[in-house]
Amino acid sequence: MSSLVTPDIGLIIWQLIVFVAILIILRAFVWIPILSALKTREFQIEDSLRAAENAKSEMEQIKADNEYLLQEARIERDTILKEARTEAEHIVAYAKAETSDITSKMLQDARDAIELEKKSAVSDIKNLVSSLSLEIAEKVLREKLADEKVQKDLVDKFIKEAKIN
Amino acid sequence: MTQRADILKINKFLLIIALIMPVITFAGGDGEKRSEEAFDPSELINHHISDAHSWEIFHGFTVHLPVILYSEEKGLDIFLSSGFYDEQHNIIPYNGYEMHHEHISFENGDHVLDLSITKNVLFLFFDAALLVLIFGSVARGYKKNTGKAPKGIQSFFEPLIVFIRDDIARANIGEKRYERFLPFLLTVFFFIWFGNLLGLLPGAANLTGNISVTLVLACITLIITLLSGRKTYWLHIVDPLGKSMPWAGKILLYFILWPVEIIGIFTKPFSLMVRLFANITAGHILILSILSLAFIFKSLVIGVVGATFAMAMNLLELFVAVLQAYVFTMLSALYFGQAVEEAHY
Repeated sequence: MSSLVTPDIGLIIWQLIVFVAILIILRAFVWIPILSALKTREFQIEDSLRAAENAKSEMEQIKADNEYLLQEARIERDTILKEARTEAEHIVAYAKAETSDITSKMLQDARDAIELEKKSAVSDIKNLVSSLSLEIAEKVLREKLADEKVQKDLVDKFIKEAKIN
Repeated sequence: MTQRADILKINKFLLIIALIMPVITFAGGDGEKRSEEAFDPSELINHHISDAHSWEIFHGFTVHLPVILYSEEKGLDIFLSSGFYDEQHNIIPYNGYEMHHEHISFENGDHVLDLSITKNVLFLFFDAALLVLIFGSVARGYKKNTGKAPKGIQSFFEPLIVFIRDDIARANIGEKRYERFLPFLLTVFFFIWFGNLLGLLPGAANLTGNISVTLVLACITLIITLLSGRKTYWLHIVDPLGKSMPWAGKILLYFILWPVEIIGIFTKPFSLMVRLFANITAGHILILSILSLAFIFKSLVIGVVGATFAMAMNLLELFVAVLQAYVFTMLSALYFGQAVEEAHY
């Protein structure tokens, strides 16, 4: 049993050579490439996660921007509509005013024309009446002054009247 | 549903028994031969856990390994260990050397340096080859699947590598300096684990249960610890009391404390060496002892019970294999961590 706990120099030498050899081989060709690959991959994963997080926040930013733009557009639309409505109201009011002006002017014109027509008609009637009365008077006079004596009486009368004046 | 699962479990159990049966027959066959004479379990067990110049794969089939000897008188001598056996398998002197209980010396009793490819050295080569092959393939996987998810054997070992990196090295050594120690920690973990598993194979050598092997591993841990020891580490050994006491008082205490501290440097790797050696060897002794019971009592019932129990022990040993590899790596990392510790007064 004592040989069990007695180190054997031959095995120690072999163990030392083989272990150091595989340590060097594995270190150069296995552990360092594996560990660096693991590290690279972990960095890549971290980067990807960060990029995804960034993309997400960017997305949210864009969404917020869109929302803002939409809101903005909505407000603008509302103001435009409002402006249009007031404009329309203005136009309508203006049109109304214009129309009533025109109407009243036309009425006035019509009234004036009617008045003018009436006046001319009245003057026509007056002329007609005066010419008719002159004709009638002429005829009456001619009838009256057919006798010589009557003419003489009339002349005398005129002279008398003229002397008074 | 549960019933089906139970049946499946039982089937698996039977399958494991079927797989392990050859182990038991191999181990048993060895004892049976000897039981014709007076059966000596300690001889059987010693034979199984000790180193040898030939590899008895199973009873009656022995591979004679090369013997390499060096001495100042005769220089380098290389021959097969079959030279030490005659036709009747008796041990005879060869070429001026004689072998006594696997220990080779000159016939006149003088010492000779024995660098033979013994059973353990052969399994050391197997272990190393296995490491290089498996991790070569794992490393190729990283080259092939750059930036992709691991595949095949690579995905089996990646969690272990990451565990050793994060939970053993980084946790015990610290974020700043752990990377330097990783190649050693990874190599030693897988070397011990694979060595332990190889040792559980029937007819295999008890590599990691050999004190020379654990001695070298522990010494490498010690050398790395001492070489990477920083100011705080050395100050802790030279001046363990620090500023807690005036120097005149400390000097007296230090005549006691210095030897304790200096012994402390060596007890840590010594415990590493003994722990691994004792755990693995004890496991082998236990399994072989249980199996030997059948030949001591010459009873079939004890044989069946013993074989079942030995099989359970074998399964336990599979766990011990990885546990001891973990403990060795973990404690090495702890010692490295103490060596590179920053001052924290």
